[in-house]
Amino acid sequence: MGAKMVEFNGWDMPVEYPASIGCGIINEHMAVRTGVGIFDVSHMGDIRLAGPQALAAVQHISMNDASRLAVGQAQYSALLYPQGTFVDDVIVHRLGEDECLLVINAGTREKDFNWVRDNTRNFDCAVENLSDDFTQIAIQGPKGVDVLQKLTDADLSAVKFYWVTRGTVCGLKNILIARTGYTAEDGFEIYVPADEATSARVWNEILSAGKEFGVVPCGLGARNTLRLEGKLPLYGHEISDTINVWEAGLDRFCKMEKPEFVGRAALEKAKAEPIKRTLVGLEMTERGIARDGYKVLDDGGREIGYVTSGSPAPFLKKNIALAYVPPEFAALGTPVKVEIRGQGVAAQVVPTPFYKRPKKTA
Amino acid sequence: MAYPTDRKYTKEHEWIQASGTSAAVGITDHAQEELGDIVFVDLPKVGEELAAGKTFGSVESVKAVSDLYAPASGTVSEINGDLATAPEKVNKDPHGSWMMKITLKNPAELDALLSAADYEKFVAEEGGH
Repeated sequence: MGAKMVEFNGWDMPVEYPASIGCGIINEHMAVRTGVGIFDVSHMGDIRLAGPQALAAVQHISMNDASRLAVGQAQYSALLYPQGTFVDDVIVHRLGEDECLLVINAGTREKDFNWVRDNTRNFDCAVENLSDDFTQIAIQGPKGVDVLQKLTDADLSAVKFYWVTRGTVCGLKNILIARTGYTAEDGFEIYVPADEATSARVWNEILSAGKEFGVVPCGLGARNTLRLEGKLPLYGHEISDTINVWEAGLDRFCKMEKPEFVGRAALEKAKAEPIKRTLVGLEMTERGIARDGYKVLDDGGREIGYVTSGSPAPFLKKNIALAYVPPEFAALGTPVKVEIRGQGVAAQVVPTPFYKRPKKTA
Repeated sequence: MAYPTDRKYTKEHEWIQASGTSAAVGITDHAQEELGDIVFVDLPKVGEELAAGKTFGSVESVKAVSDLYAPASGTVSEINGDLATAPEKVNKDPHGSWMMKITLKNPAELDALLSAADYEKFVAEEGGH
């Protein structure tokens, strides 16, 4: 398709598709917010745990409460080191009574798999790395449901957000269909066999079926701006092996009422101490674009933190950023500066997520 | 796209179009295509002295920041203010959207820059489009 490619964690990935076919990051981003866009996200990894103690194993290695999941339900969660920092964030899908699928990040696939395997040795369950078995395609945006419904016998209206089902997709039987995504928009992620001919056929059939809804192919660039507007964390930016759950503000996905999970003891201790930094949303109030790694300064020019992700927000038409700052600078409306090419450019702390999708009116 | 022959080009993908000692500077079609959607153009102030080959500003797309390099030495005489509010003009018409005008210190500096044909060849060899 003439996409602009970039190497991303060892994968050749499309950053954006060409303007000549109506793409480019802004158009791709807007299509997902207002219509539908599709992403090849095969770089994501998949780990399957199956066996009598699969759920117990997932409970031990993840911070959210997987026991609350009904079969067919999914949840956002994270794998933690004993010190309460992040191995990775994951989506846990409960596929059966004794079967879970963890969907993990590309750059951390090997690390995650080894970590999961090593930390579940005492449980009666098999751990399999299925990362190379699937091509994962994300169909995202308010019209995503209309596009996918044309290609499957599964009743998608019965699948709620963060639930999964199985159905025939493009003639392929028993395909996993999850109502999940990384765009802060409604949408689906489907897992089709990874062989190139099959993946390409499904991709092209989605593009054809979506034509009437204005579907566009989207690259990593739009994926990043979409997730940033929705304040969805990215490993290596908002979360990492040196940032803990409280700092990242992911408290509501961390269930301390669970008696035990890796990282819990350290998090309990950390909770009793004052927090040193916290993740805030910034909006530039002067002309300038904050970028990953830029310094955050106080009003007087003293360095107080750094930007984890920053970009123009194509839908909001503002320049936004996520940044770590000491808690005394976290109050909404606090004026700060972002150092851009040696100059302090004014910004202020704003509510997050920057974008929240409109509630559906029935 | 054919590159206009009425100007010179740099390996950093700027163009410069001189008329006497005044010259307009912008970025090439190849540069805008590589950058993608341009959302911000940061330019020097009128009166600023520029040295050939040194950065004079930057252009930002949604995903990246790129430095701009002065194709020749001189003094900034005019800034294209339109680009502050409509930076996407650079995507739509890169060779018509000048960013700044400078008064050349030494017009002979332009002789060392690439012709349209040489630039086109350079881009092709760089593994471009």
